[in-house]
Amino acid sequence: MPSYKQLCKLTFILLMAISASASAAGGAKLMHMEVDLSNQESLQRGAKTFVNYCLSCHAAAYMRYNRMGQDLGISEEVLKANFMFGTDKVGNTMTVAMTNPDSLRFFGVSPPDLSVIARARGADWLYSYFKTFYVDKSRPFGVNNLTFKDVGMPHVLWELQGAQRLAHVESEDGAHHSPTYADLEIITPGTQSEEEYDQTVQDLVNFMVYLGEPIKLKRGKIGVWVLMYLFVFMIVAYMLKKEYWRDIH
Amino acid sequence: MANIEKNIIDGLTGLRDWVDDRFPLMQNWNEHLAKYYAPKNFNFWYYFGGFALLIFAIQILTGIWLTMNYKPSAADAFASVEYIMRDVSWGWLIRYMHSTGASAFFIVIYLHMFRALLYGSYKKPRELLWLSGMGLYLVLMAEAFFGYLLPWGQMSYWGAQVIISLFGALPFIGDTLSLWIRGDFVVSDVTLNRFFSLHVIAFPLLIFGLIGAHILALHEVGSNNPDGVEIKKNKNAEGIPVDGIPFHPYYTVKDIFGATVFLIFFFGVVFFMPEMNGYFLEHANFIPANPLKTPEHIAPVWYFTPFYAILRAVPDQLGGVIAMGLATNIFLLLPWLDRSPVKSSRYRGWNFRCALTLFVISFFILGWLGMQPVTPLFTWMARFFSLVYFAFFLLMPFYTAIDNDKSVPDRVRD
Repeated sequence: MPSYKQLCKLTFILLMAISASASAAGGAKLMHMEVDLSNQESLQRGAKTFVNYCLSCHAAAYMRYNRMGQDLGISEEVLKANFMFGTDKVGNTMTVAMTNPDSLRFFGVSPPDLSVIARARGADWLYSYFKTFYVDKSRPFGVNNLTFKDVGMPHVLWELQGAQRLAHVESEDGAHHSPTYADLEIITPGTQSEEEYDQTVQDLVNFMVYLGEPIKLKRGKIGVWVLMYLFVFMIVAYMLKKEYWRDIH
Repeated sequence: MANIEKNIIDGLTGLRDWVDDRFPLMQNWNEHLAKYYAPKNFNFWYYFGGFALLIFAIQILTGIWLTMNYKPSAADAFASVEYIMRDVSWGWLIRYMHSTGASAFFIVIYLHMFRALLYGSYKKPRELLWLSGMGLYLVLMAEAFFGYLLPWGQMSYWGAQVIISLFGALPFIGDTLSLWIRGDFVVSDVTLNRFFSLHVIAFPLLIFGLIGAHILALHEVGSNNPDGVEIKKNKNAEGIPVDGIPFHPYYTVKDIFGATVFLIFFFGVVFFMPEMNGYFLEHANFIPANPLKTPEHIAPVWYFTPFYAILRAVPDQLGGVIAMGLATNIFLLLPWLDRSPVKSSRYRGWNFRCALTLFVISFFILGWLGMQPVTPLFTWMARFFSLVYFAFFLLMPFYTAIDNDKSVPDRVRD
């Protein structure tokens, strides 16, 4: 039956076309970082950066301070002294003092709640975002971002990273190419070296991944026990089935 | 000791007989389990009906506990889901079991339906069994659609907005109909409330009733099997099919084993990858619904994407809606489109085997295309595979009538 053969051939060609176009699409590739939720010190450092720099404008209204303390090994005294600025009740959630009309006036948008932002954007996106602010005089805060174009947020971590500019957008033959992460260079150094800033951002993203799903620290460990139980039960169930089916086969 | 044992057994037997005098307990037990004779040659594909029943139980139980903490209002829904994830004891587990259960339900149902295609289980005398199953499938799609709005994320909101607006494409009644479904001019708190009601009461009740009808229809005509042989045609002196074995205990113990294997996969997802890379829980659904901001890329959850691809393949909106409606409902006609006297693909000719293979391939590719942004190449591919999809059904009367089927044995093979 040649018609089937032809159909199969066409199917194959189209399958190839799919895989080719799938690998071609994708746009700007994000920088990658390994999320490591087992590193409690990293999570603690990230939490500190988060409450100091993010929480002044953004809320994380689904997260309770004492849950964070328990999960990250921070005592209530330390929590109150170093992590809580807007409230002193450890059972409270991470709300923000700034009111909505104020933020609308300052930024033109109200800063989104960050509780589950890592689940919406992904760790790599956040990591890239924090590292790709650059000076752009045309923007209200004087900075733009290569990962989030025309973002309505200043570079809050600029004193740590310093200022970056976008270089080489015009290549030698005068033609423009779309800017990539490789085109960014530091023009004013910050208080941290490039490696230190990279670590700060990794800690922060680690923490935000935790923040997005606090149970992530534990669910894998619980899951191992559940699967082990099911494996043992499966063996017993298989033996039971074998025993009964002996009189059929 | 022996005396105590005897007394207990006598007591239980007495209780059973007391109930039996007032309620058809043993009659039903025998009819549906202990003396329901199923073919002895069930294979891998015969696990999925049981799995579907198990998932239904999981969804009902987890659903009951989710409902205790979820708030069906536009202002509170998103926050209440996060409250379940963080502050309710084991709430995260209940919610992940429910969200994973939704996708698992469709995986299992698609495999269950594929089994019917593979072994001709929809053919005479099982037409009503097939129709009740298709009814279940369509109701399940509606149930999943209503449920997907409840987390009130961006995809919940805009997915519902897109799907409901499809009804607006129907001539004359379109606008009134979509307004009636939404209860508002856009998807809103009103829509969320009614979807919640439909999701937790109306449709589960429908599913429950249809499952009952499906099982009654099955036990009336008896199960098909991988050989497509009617075991009832070959009975011994006591009237028991020679190739049949009592469902209980043989298939109950087999299904306990199968269910355990299923649960290993199920809990593997629940505990280790509940988002399934954005296929089971879409990333954009972690952004609260915002009626003023349309996401740049709206894709339904994976189990709807083959039909979504067909919808987008048709240039005209009304045509697309009709094509999508046909694509989901055309399965209903299968018992009458198939003209071959042979049930199982083991004994069917190459016409049907090739057609089924092409259908499955196009179903997968359409599913993949339904998740992609629209490009000219993808649109043409969707058109091509939509044609293959429909050709499987519409040409079936022809290619099955002239198929080079083999002869079917009298007894099932071991």
